Amino acid sequence: MSFLTMTHLEKIFGQNRVVKDFSLSVEKGEFISLLGPSGCGKTTVLRMVAGFESPSAGGITIDGKDVTGLKANSRNIGMMFQAYALFPNMTVADNVAFGLKVKGAPKAERDARVAEMLALIGLADLGGRFPFQLSGGQQQRVALARALAPRPSVLLLDEPLSALDAKVRVSLRNQIRQIQQELGITTIFVTHDQEEAMSISDRIVVMNGGVADQVGAPFEIYNRPRTRFVANFVGTLNTFEVEVADPASGRVMLAGQGLTLPDAPLAARAGETLSVALRPEALRLGRLPDAEALLTAKVTDVHFMGSVIRLKADLAGAAVSLDTFNRPDTPPPVVGSEVEVSLSGRDFILLQA
Amino acid sequence: MPKQPGGQRLRLPLEWLGILPFMIFAVLFLILPTMKIVIGAFQTADGSFTLQNLIDLNTDSIRSAYWTSLKLSFVTALLGCAIGFAMAAAVVFGGLPKGVRNPLVTFSGVASNFAGVPLAFAFIATLGPVGLVTVWLRTEFGINLRAMGFNLLSFWGLVITYLFFQIPLMILIIIPALDGLKREWREAAAVLGATGAQYWRMVALPILFPSLLGTFALLFANAFGAVATAFALTGPQLNIVPIKLFAQIRGDVLGNPNLGYALAFGMIVITALANFLYIWLRVRSERWLK
Ligand SMILES: Nc1ncnc2c1ncn2[C@@H]1O[C@H](COP(=O)(O)OP(=O)(O)OP(=O)(O)O)[C@@H](O)[C@H]1O
Ligand SMILES: [Mg+2]
Repeated sequence: MSFLTMTHLEKIFGQNRVVKDFSLSVEKGEFISLLGPSGCGKTTVLRMVAGFESPSAGGITIDGKDVTGLKANSRNIGMMFQAYALFPNMTVADNVAFGLKVKGAPKAERDARVAEMLALIGLADLGGRFPFQLSGGQQQRVALARALAPRPSVLLLDEPLSALDAKVRVSLRNQIRQIQQELGITTIFVTHDQEEAMSISDRIVVMNGGVADQVGAPFEIYNRPRTRFVANFVGTLNTFEVEVADPASGRVMLAGQGLTLPDAPLAARAGETLSVALRPEALRLGRLPDAEALLTAKVTDVHFMGSVIRLKADLAGAAVSLDTFNRPDTPPPVVGSEVEVSLSGRDFILLQA
Repeated sequence: MPKQPGGQRLRLPLEWLGILPFMIFAVLFLILPTMKIVIGAFQTADGSFTLQNLIDLNTDSIRSAYWTSLKLSFVTALLGCAIGFAMAAAVVFGGLPKGVRNPLVTFSGVASNFAGVPLAFAFIATLGPVGLVTVWLRTEFGINLRAMGFNLLSFWGLVITYLFFQIPLMILIIIPALDGLKREWREAAAVLGATGAQYWRMVALPILFPSLLGTFALLFANAFGAVATAFALTGPQLNIVPIKLFAQIRGDVLGNPNLGYALAFGMIVITALANFLYIWLRVRSERWLK
């Protein structure tokens, strides 16, 4: 049995069904992200696990024990909030020691654990400071240390990075992931930032309107999105209409060129049109030997982003995004120029819903 | 842009003009009278310097007047804080319906200013010897307040009357402070294993302490200076400082204005001491504030 399970969770606020039939099994030591747009119920799921909201239906187990009816203070959970959750009247050390103190741990044990935790987050010298004397990133690291100090069985994080600026956000998320792996603690991380979710998670749960649309490893979610929503929410997507030539072999036509889709046989008849999608990096600049088709595109915009160059172009009647790596010896195409684009049927994503 | 010397010179006076009425008020009604009191406390009737007025304060009757005033102020401030806090907490956290809050705040705004003769009259009319409630309890339930030792025109009667403006004042001041307690603090404490009581003792009360202290000081001063209510309620028979003071300065033949000044000077000293105590405690409790 999985370490943390949620089965058929449901939450109704008034008339509003905010979480619908949500089930998820999390293995011990796994890092799971709940990813989805604002208001899709991510926080509500997390708060049910923490014990701040009681599910309208369904159950939660941790380490084989049913905790659905337990109060928050007897679940042994660590939680990190968006911001400003440190106790302002206590020093960093007292904040970190709080969980042990309320459990009645002796002072010597608390001090040792606080020192260990502060070292873990790299703030060993700041134990005597008050929260207002710390930067936002430091405060969140202390919040992490405070959550971990009592050795919780599960760590919950609700957008802990969203109040920080971009650089700190990236370095702190890597630090969170590193500490999580070091301690092997089962973690649920809530975010609406898909890049964040993909870079640090073992698995991602993409939520939409209170349901889990898809659960899978970042690679799977990105390359094999099951729904149009997931495909659109995770990464950038180009969509095309293609004409079915031979459903059995997956053969379709795009701008007069033949392509073979990976999901044959297709659930459509010859002559019908299908919606398919392609990631920007699957449209490859230039004439490549392994490509199935070669099309000409007209460049309408160029964004130089450093290691990646993102072009906007008109391709087969559609406005598309196209990513290519920067090469020091090759300047990017100019706006208005025509470029050759290689593509292959196996890269296409067939959108079901 | 070329410098305009005229504009430069006009600037400062214009900005200060806004607070001019306030400054005039402060000088006329606060600073000048205070100086008059302080100077008067050290003068004889013919204007020469003396310490006799202060020495004269050391009589049984005046000592006990100060003592009763201090007790009254302390007790009503303490009870006002405790009861007002409980009511405010019930409104902010107690899950009372949203509709309760606004009327309570409005009522508190009115009641906290309800003092003096109208308040005294209201209490005499309800809880006085022939007040509505007193009579109603006696005739309907056979409860005789007087026989039970209750007398509105006494120390505890005055306490109850003062509470009528002390509690609402506390509610008005403490509700915003309670609103300032972040939900994350309560939840972080809970998830770390703290009970509700531990959260209040270790987090919420320490955070609220400066506000509670400030409100206590305000309620104390409020009661200490509330002469009108006390006098209107009990007349000269209750021995508290404001009434003694009133008796000295209202121009009786028997009155000694300079003794009155000395009485007032004593009140200023006590208020100042209370304020210093308050500021000292507050600074100590606010090390963690920005
Ligand atoms: N206590 C509550 N009472 C009523 N409705 C609520 C309550 N908490 C949340 N909701 C509603 O439930 C829905 C989901 O909220 P939730 O906070 O779980 O979303 P979220 O995915 O965390 O969004 P965000 O990314 O904005 O934080 C929202 O429509 C919200 O308005
Ligand atoms: Mg949320």
